[in-house]
Amino acid sequence: MSTYIGKSMKRVEDPRFVQGKGRYVANLALPGMIHVAVKRSPFAHARIASIDGSAAEALDGVIAVYTGQDLLDSGVGSLPCGFTPPGIKTPPHHPLAVDKVRHVGDGVAVVVAEDPYVAEDAVDLIRVDYEPLAAVVDARKAMDDGAPLVHDDVEQNLSFHWPLGDADATAHAIESADHVVQLEFSNQRLIPNAMEPRACAAQWDGSTESMTVWTTSQNPHTIRLLLGAFTLGIPEHKLRVISPDVGGGFGSKIFHYAEEVIVPWVARAVGRPAKWVASRSEAFITDAHGRDHVTRAELAVTQDGTFTGLRVTTWANMGAYLSTFAPLIPTALYITLLSGLYKIPAIFGEAYGTMTNTVPVDAYRGAGRPEASYLVETLVDLAARDLGMDPIELRRKNLIAADEFPYQTPVALAYDSGDYQRLFDKAEELSEYGRLRRQQEEARAAGRLVGIGFSGCIEASGPAPSAVAVGLGAAIGLYESGVVRVHPTGKVVVLTGSHSHGQGHETTFAQIVADELGVPIDDVEVVHGDTDRTPYGVGTYGSRSAAIGGSALVKSAEKIRAKLTELAAHLVEASVEDMVYDRETGTISVQGSPETALGFAQLAFALTTADNLPEGMEPGLEATSFYDPANFTFPCSAHVAQVEIDRDTGEVTVVSYAAVDDVGNVVNPMIVEGQILGGIAQGVGQALWEHGMYDDSGQLLAGSMMDYAMPRADGFPPIAVDRIETPSPHNPLGIKGAGEMGTIAGTATISSAVLDALAPLGIRYLEMPLTAEKIHDAIVAATEGGGA
Amino acid sequence: MGDHTIDLTVNGTTHSIDVEARMTLADALREECGLTGTHLGCEHGVCGACTVLMDGQPVRACLVFAVQCEGVEISTVEGLARDGQLHPLQQAFWDHHGLQCGFCTPGFLMLAVGALAENPDPSDEEMIEILSSNLCRCTGYQNIVKAVKAAAEHMRS
Repeated sequence: MSTYIGKSMKRVEDPRFVQGKGRYVANLALPGMIHVAVKRSPFAHARIASIDGSAAEALDGVIAVYTGQDLLDSGVGSLPCGFTPPGIKTPPHHPLAVDKVRHVGDGVAVVVAEDPYVAEDAVDLIRVDYEPLAAVVDARKAMDDGAPLVHDDVEQNLSFHWPLGDADATAHAIESADHVVQLEFSNQRLIPNAMEPRACAAQWDGSTESMTVWTTSQNPHTIRLLLGAFTLGIPEHKLRVISPDVGGGFGSKIFHYAEEVIVPWVARAVGRPAKWVASRSEAFITDAHGRDHVTRAELAVTQDGTFTGLRVTTWANMGAYLSTFAPLIPTALYITLLSGLYKIPAIFGEAYGTMTNTVPVDAYRGAGRPEASYLVETLVDLAARDLGMDPIELRRKNLIAADEFPYQTPVALAYDSGDYQRLFDKAEELSEYGRLRRQQEEARAAGRLVGIGFSGCIEASGPAPSAVAVGLGAAIGLYESGVVRVHPTGKVVVLTGSHSHGQGHETTFAQIVADELGVPIDDVEVVHGDTDRTPYGVGTYGSRSAAIGGSALVKSAEKIRAKLTELAAHLVEASVEDMVYDRETGTISVQGSPETALGFAQLAFALTTADNLPEGMEPGLEATSFYDPANFTFPCSAHVAQVEIDRDTGEVTVVSYAAVDDVGNVVNPMIVEGQILGGIAQGVGQALWEHGMYDDSGQLLAGSMMDYAMPRADGFPPIAVDRIETPSPHNPLGIKGAGEMGTIAGTATISSAVLDALAPLGIRYLEMPLTAEKIHDAIVAATEGGGA
Repeated sequence: MGDHTIDLTVNGTTHSIDVEARMTLADALREECGLTGTHLGCEHGVCGACTVLMDGQPVRACLVFAVQCEGVEISTVEGLARDGQLHPLQQAFWDHHGLQCGFCTPGFLMLAVGALAENPDPSDEEMIEILSSNLCRCTGYQNIVKAVKAAAEHMRS
């Protein structure tokens, strides 16, 4: 029995947040601090003829102006790409542009000033002479003959081509199919918009020649590695990177950004602590964006509804430079998920990663997996409609059965566990699916546009076995570290390489360790986000922290228990095999002799006095583990939504939403439910509102929160959430990732519902976002054109 | 150095500060008064992370100049807890998991404090409309709505 795991413990981090005591990077004020502001390109594509910073330098309060050439001359390196499959072209990415600018927002110079307002004034005084060039923004058109080249040495703007699966078998399945569902569509660009804008601060210590960098990162160790080995050139052992409280990430704070190089460079050049805080406008044009695929897909089905083949070609927009993990997203996190929850005997997928004059695209919540699920689920819905079948029945017919795990898909992955029929049962029950369909019939009879959406989605979470990741092209292994340090009085400090930026690890990791050791949760403190305090770790993304970071802590706790058990046996003069560790009370006794019990704190202290230890046992009580998972974990979902569309305005109202997820075992149900709910909101945001839209000249049309439609409280009905639990066999806690399932499912479910509502009008498909304007126009075209 | 010396009264304490006319209230609170609980999420009045109260009314501190605030009572998140006791809204956000990363939380708290002072018993619809003033990217809002509802009930009892 566990005392804490499985309980909705209130979060230990919350008292500081609700009192405004969060320790965010922008709050940092150091004596003598100077402020950095970045001059950014207003052009999507232009040669830099000259930069004149003299007027800026003359402004009172300005300390210096630096250009990309200054950084280059001092040996600053290119921002690296950490996922490089064979044959990839990785053009240089200088922290400040030196020859030409390649997207609106590309940095060209920085101002350093005593005051942030003065720094902004001075930015406006820098004169840059640009020679504008034609731009390309569309992932597919980037490969057209004669398209402007973003990088002269990347022909056709093609960085990589990544095929997976059996092309011949798939072609045969499609050619011989009873029916083929075809679709060409774009999965639109999204802008992550974590509420905290990125920020970076740095302090150079000349006495030890060492640098401390504070940055809003999901993975401070990765940033230190890249700063040390590639960009800043200060060796890793002289670098400390701290990511304190970080206000949301959703992927966008994984990557190594230019300002993380510039700010410490400035701090050393000027000899004073320096800080840069992004404005929201800068966030829009510098934070890595998400999605942005153009896709052509074909699903082959038999007349009775059996899936026989799936062929997918995707042009994935990489933007102007390859962001840290960008090529990973439309390849190993996308093509590999094309089997969905289904048995599809032949699958072939290929991705073209193309360079465009837009902000780099990289992982955004779900990262490749929402694109895969949206694609599969949309095709399945269309197949159901074509075959005249209920969409859930068609899915059920093709589901991987509960007794078929581990299930090897034709696209590399081996699913760990699941019970998809039971998942669907629960979703139908929770949503009252039968009642929804009956209500829909009545509504349709009355001329109302009511739709029921359903999706069954899969995620590969917890990346990844290091050997697999590196084999595919990752530059680092993807394990995680965990230290359990027991102080002489029995108080416990947990050091983790994971990073919490909203996930609540200070609570959930304490729950895990307290249960593993049998100590009160208040005696456990979780430390993360500081490379000087925690061992090298990989960080938090891909829904990996509980499964991998949590498992590293389980391994360390096992080592602590083993040492204490050996010590207790020695002290009571019994054999180790006879000892029992009671994980509810944290006591160790001889089996059947409770009077021999020794307490956790008592034993910890015995390792401090260290005067009576078994032969060969070292004093002290601390254990470190690096946990490398055996496989991904495979969470899955079945979500149902009901929407109604206003026939006159095209506006969509989400009437009801029911979510059933299988994220394996759960440490803290309250936190998992929070992740699911927040994820759904982001997923619905993609389906209905959000679009990082560019015009053909490369201007971002949705460059502020006035223009980019973020989900708000009034966009959602109360959402019903439930779970089934099929534990993952691949980690000791049986956990599957919980952070991204909601986003993956939310998008597919709401799109499904809207298209279902519009089906009676003869509208087969509309791209996301399903805005009122787009739907209104489609209704007008369908009804006036006789399509109804 | 600022052109204007003003007395800014925040949570009952008066800060005598020198500011330029263009300095926003949000920056004055954070940089001049050291009250970093007020967060800047967009600086164009959309996200509401910087919401504070001016004489009890919720305002976006990024859209107000500090020099406009002389003679006005400013309330920020730092003033909500009293004598080590969380304000009922703070407690409710904690109890109902109304926050994840915590960045938008001070703004939501101040919005709700101001709104419930004006109408202690809003309908569900009214409450959702009020809470749609601010942005949160983590929670999906459901638990924020729950928390404010629970706090409103508690504060009425």
